[in-house]
Parts: sequence; structure tokens; C-alpha cells
Amino acid sequence: MADLDIFREETRSWLEANCPEEMRQPVRDEEDVYWGGRKATFKNDAQKAWFDICVEKGYTVPAWPKEYGGAGLSAAEAKVLRQEMARINARPPLSSFGIWMLGPALLQFGTEGQKQRFLNEIARGEIRWCQGYSEPGSGSDLVSMQTFGEDKGDHWEVSGQKIWTSYADQADWIFCLVRTDKANKYQGITFMLFDMENEGVSTKPILLISGNSPFCETFFDNVKVPKSYGEDCPGQVGEVNRGWDVAKYLLGHEREMISGAGGGGLTSAIGAAMQRHVAKDGGDLDPVLRSELAMFDVDALAYAAMGEKFLDEMKTGRGHPAQPNMMKYVGTELNKRRHELMMSAGGSRSLEWDSEETSGGKPSRNWLRTKANSIEGGTSEVMLNVVSKRILDLPGA
Amino acid sequence: MPLYYDEDQTMLADTAAQFMAEEGAINKQLRHWRDRDCPDGFGHALWKQFAEMGFTGILVGEEDGGMGMGNVEAGIVLEQIGRNLTPSPFLTSSVLAATALKEGSADMRSRYMPGLISGDCVFAVAIDEGAKHRPERIKTKAEKSGNGFKLSGQKSFVIQGASADMIVVAARTSGSDADEDGITLFAVPKDAAGMEHDSVRLVDSSMATHTKFDGVELDGDAVIGEVDGGREILNKVLNAGRIGSAAEGCGVAGAAMDMTVDYLKQRKQFGKLIGEFQALQHRAAHLYSEVEIARAVTIKAGQLLDGGSEKADLMVSVAKAKVGQTAGLAVREGVQMHGGIGMTDEYDIGLYMKRDKALNEFLGDAYYHADRVARLSGY
Repeated sequence: MADLDIFREETRSWLEANCPEEMRQPVRDEEDVYWGGRKATFKNDAQKAWFDICVEKGYTVPAWPKEYGGAGLSAAEAKVLRQEMARINARPPLSSFGIWMLGPALLQFGTEGQKQRFLNEIARGEIRWCQGYSEPGSGSDLVSMQTFGEDKGDHWEVSGQKIWTSYADQADWIFCLVRTDKANKYQGITFMLFDMENEGVSTKPILLISGNSPFCETFFDNVKVPKSYGEDCPGQVGEVNRGWDVAKYLLGHEREMISGAGGGGLTSAIGAAMQRHVAKDGGDLDPVLRSELAMFDVDALAYAAMGEKFLDEMKTGRGHPAQPNMMKYVGTELNKRRHELMMSAGGSRSLEWDSEETSGGKPSRNWLRTKANSIEGGTSEVMLNVVSKRILDLPGA
Repeated sequence: MPLYYDEDQTMLADTAAQFMAEEGAINKQLRHWRDRDCPDGFGHALWKQFAEMGFTGILVGEEDGGMGMGNVEAGIVLEQIGRNLTPSPFLTSSVLAATALKEGSADMRSRYMPGLISGDCVFAVAIDEGAKHRPERIKTKAEKSGNGFKLSGQKSFVIQGASADMIVVAARTSGSDADEDGITLFAVPKDAAGMEHDSVRLVDSSMATHTKFDGVELDGDAVIGEVDGGREILNKVLNAGRIGSAAEGCGVAGAAMDMTVDYLKQRKQFGKLIGEFQALQHRAAHLYSEVEIARAVTIKAGQLLDGGSEKADLMVSVAKAKVGQTAGLAVREGVQMHGGIGMTDEYDIGLYMKRDKALNEFLGDAYYHADRVARLSGY
């Protein structure tokens, strides 16, 4: 306990000395987030300084081992760091699918060579990754994917199409599910890593109802994917044809992330803020809206307790392995409800699509964006199927 | 503090689960006493067994011969009570009354605690004066009279009021009905003259009284805590009772859900197990999610209460509201998915529905507590 207190003190003074004032503000828009990669530029000097010092300290990925670019913190220390950063509103120095998704998969399934190369690149923000999972005909039914890689000896020749590839147009590399054996549904998929600049790779943004476009269609036309990137560094993670195991592991991470189980906006109450919002306009909450907000706050605060319990139990191996599905289902449905209520409390003002007052239509764009929460990373219906089958053990589910 | 039970708490949970399933089972207790139209609604022999198990004094301090445990531990016992619909004075005596008596003088504690711990005594608590829980308004009056007080007024839905050896009564000693201050708590003995009970059986077969106080004379030493300073004690009693009934509600919800999921795996219709139908699977999975969340927030609120956190008031109401909604969903889905058999008296699922209704109403329903969450949050 005392050691943790010392660590907290040290962390606090380190942050005080090294986190620039401009980086102690909540993230307001996309520009405030640094994603790294070959095409990346910094918004300002403070963002660069904060990023550089964190890379040096291993704080872009604090819980990863030091030899892979992390700080080698224990789970308890990492939690202290998160708390101390949250206390001063410190922005994350680096956001990336490499950190959230590929990294954990490599730590679990990668070879030593892959870890040395890719984890260090991720920690230093050198390569920006995107995820190639969904296809036009296979969304939640991921395993029906058709993108095919033909064995050409020293390489695969990959053809097909991915969809909903977040930020594919800005990514340098892709981690991608490719069918390599058509006869086997689950055991015929390979988890491949390759450069988006390879010949035959092209991307096209998809405009969404929110007027933004984080997603792309991604096309592969006879793309050459090497089977090896050097000694002990194969081009696929895990064994050939066994990529489904990696994908499943990674989906668990994705669902946890989307569910907001770690805290954050999804789990906080909004009634008081909405009241202030309405009062600013000289109004009052309608009694029925007030009661809906109260019921929402009850559900959100209860879900926050569940999130805490979920993380506590995970740390000690308690809890059911399919619980992330439950957390994702409830968290995303809750977030949609939150934004419906915020739109209602905002009234006509929240409809403004391009005004300065709404920072360019933030309320309605955010509201529209949440509609994807219960679709991406597996729909709510699929989450309920998994809970039925794996937790409740219902027949034929 | 992590949000799961530690080793001691897990042991208590196992012990309570086994005891309630064996001794407190529905056929042995609830149906037994109900079918005999028992005026207490519970068995005194079982209450003695509660004492032998060490449950009765769970919240009583060790210096008074109790276990000196917290609301989390009381909740562990209550969850098992809820699972088995075990009728007992545990919630009213060992949680509500014990929390009040802990604030009493050494004399008062030595007068009442031994009887509670041994299972020889049963206590009740009289707060509400109407059909809905409104502890903000207290009309029942206690006027100074000689060295003591004269108690006048009426209380409604005093659970186990007619069986109680002592009733903790919240009365007004100054100010007007809706004032926060001016409340005093009294320990009123069973044999006090001028007290009249009108007993009613509730939907869940539990017994309550509408109790009239017509100039009941009380000694000065019947006062719990300070004269006019009872609101703070009352809030402690309410918090303990609310988190306790939330814990019992988690048991009711969990058992109703388990019964229902079990039934989905056995009942065949249209040549299939009904659990194969996705429409029912999704409803069952949704219910599971809600029950897990209700349990999590109940443990969380109990921990905050035991830790003396300033957030405890808010989270206790969040828990009571969440459990109210969830247990209601669990029993409604339970009866519906059981189909016709769910409507029969012979089958237990309906008993869960009845208990949930009474428990939800007790010390404020989900609407009352959602409103309180809003008020405590500043809107």
C-alpha cells in the first residue's frame, strides 16, 4: 500500500512537471486527438512535447513491458496513473487501434520477433493501424467472410472487400481477417498484417448520417501479402487458419472498450447538467422529461457500479468470460438513450447543424453517431444471443 | 474496496444460502404459515434458529453482544431470505430497529439488544402515516408530559406491528408536519396503554398493522438519541432498511430469474423447448443483464454506507430504484414465460411476484427513489 502511495506522489509531480497546460483540457474534437502514423502531424508544440515525453517514459502504453516500449507498470500502478491523469484532465498522448486492439492480441498470440517490432512501433506511434474485419455480406456474422488469400508459396495473394474500416484512409497498416481455407468455417481464417501501400489496396470513405466519415470501404485486388517480415516475424498472428481465436480475443477487448466498462461518459448521470442547460435558456425541465432523466441517472449510476465490479472481477479471474457481451449490450443501449434525452433537453437549439453555438452541430452529430454503438463490434441482438448461449446456457441458441 | 465478497463474506453467504434453503424454504415456512392463517406471518421457532446461526445480532455492536458487522453482511443474509421468500422479522428487527437502537443509551441497549440477539424478541418500526412512503412528513405527535411524553396519532403499514415486543416510533416533538427538525424516535413497549393495532394481511401473506396512539404515556428513557434530533437517526434507519430491502429484492429477482430460465430449458411447445425461441432468449438475456447490474449497485451502495461515504444517500436510492425496477421485471417475465402454470397458486413464481410488490413499496418504490436521486443530484 505504501509503495502505491509513493508511486502516486511521484506520478503527481511528474505530471505536474511534464504535462503542458494545453494538454490538461478535455478532448473537444478530432484535432485534439493524436493518432500517430506516417501521415500524422501535431496540432501544436504542446501536443508534440506531451507525446514525446510520454514515449520516453513508456506512458503511451504504461502497462506493457519495458522491452516493448511500455513502462512495465503493474495493474494497480496503471490504475493510479489513469486516476492521476484524469484528475488533471490530461489528454491521452496517443490514441490508436494498435494500442487498444492489435497490441493486446500480439501480447497474447505474437512471436517474440513480432512483439519486438510491432509493439515498439505502436508504442512510439510510428505506424497507424486499422482493423479489417467486417465485409459487405458479413457484419455481425463475421465468420461468413469471403475475402480470400491464395497461397503463392512465399506470399498470399489477397482479394476481396472490407467495410466499416475505421480510418482506413489514414492508416499505414491493416490487421485483417482473410479466409485461407474455404472448406473450414472457423478454422479457415488467417489474421494477417500488411502495409496499406501495397499494390492493389484502395480505400473509399463512407459518408454517415452524422455528416462525418470515420469509416471506409477497403478493396483488395490481388494484394501480395508476405508470409514473413524477417526472422521470427511471420506475416500472420497465430497460426495460419487459426486467426479466429485471435479475432475472438480481440473482439472481447473491443466490446469492453465500446461498453465503456472502464468508466467515462457512458456511466455518468446527466440530469443535473440538463437542468442547468435548460435553465440557461430561461426554462424548466418538463416534469415528464425530468422523470425520464431521473430514471436514466438511476440506470447509468447502477451501470457504473457494474463496470467497477466487472473490472474488479476480471483482475482476479472471477466473473463469466462472456460478460463483456452483457456490458457492451447495456452500455451501448444506455448511451443511445443518453443522447436521445440530451437532444430533448436541448430542444430546437440541439437541431442546429452548422452554428457556432453548437460547435458545428455537435449535439445532433453525436446523437446520430451513437446509433452505431449497438451495431458496431457486434449488434445488441448478437450480444443477447451470446449471453443466452454462453451464460444462461439456453438450448439451440 | 473491490466489488465482490471477501473470504469471510463468501463464507457467510454460503452459510446463509444453505440455512435458508433448508430451514427457510417456501413450503416449510411461507406456505406453512400462510395456509394456517398465522397471525404473525412467520414462525418464532425459525427466528430462534436465526439467533443460533448468529444472524439476529449481525448489525449489533460487539460491545452489546452482537456481531458488529455491516450493511453488506446484513444484505448477504437478506439476499438469501429473498431467494427463499423466508418470512422472518430480520429486516424489521435486526436491520431497522437495531440501527435505531444502536443510537440509544447504554441502558436502552442493554434493555433491548439481548432479546433481539437471543431471538426471544421481535421489534417493529413505525414511520409511514399513509399508503405511500413519505418520511419527510411526520404528523404523529409526542408532547412533553411530566418526566416523559404523551404520544398521539396513527401509523400505517407497520410491518409485524402486532407481533412486536417493541415498536420504534418516529414522532414530532416540535415544529410542523413537513419540518425536517423536531423529530424524535421512541422505543414504545408492547404493553403501553393507549396503543391499538388493526392487523391486515398483505398480498405477500406478511402481516402489518395500522396502529393508533391515543395519549400513550412514555417515560423519558423511551427516547432514542436526543429529543428533536431524531431526523438524523431516522435517516440512518431508512438507509439501512432501504439497502436491506434492495438486497432482499436482489434475492427475489435472482430466484425468479433462475426459475424462469430453468423452465425455458424444460417446457416444450410446438415441438421445441421454448428456450430455443429467440424472442424468449433475448428477453431472458436482457433480464440477466439487469439482475447483474442491480446486484452490483446494491453491493456498491452497501459498501459506501458501511464506509460512511457522503455518496451513500445517493447510491442507496439508486440501488433501491434499480432493484425495484429489476425485481419487478423479473417476476413479470417469470409469470409470463411460465404461461398458465405461472398463474396457479401451486407454482411458486406467483409468490415471488407478490413478495416483490410488497418489498418494492416498502420504504419507497422505484419512483420515490428515482425522484430522490434527482433531488440529491440537484434537479
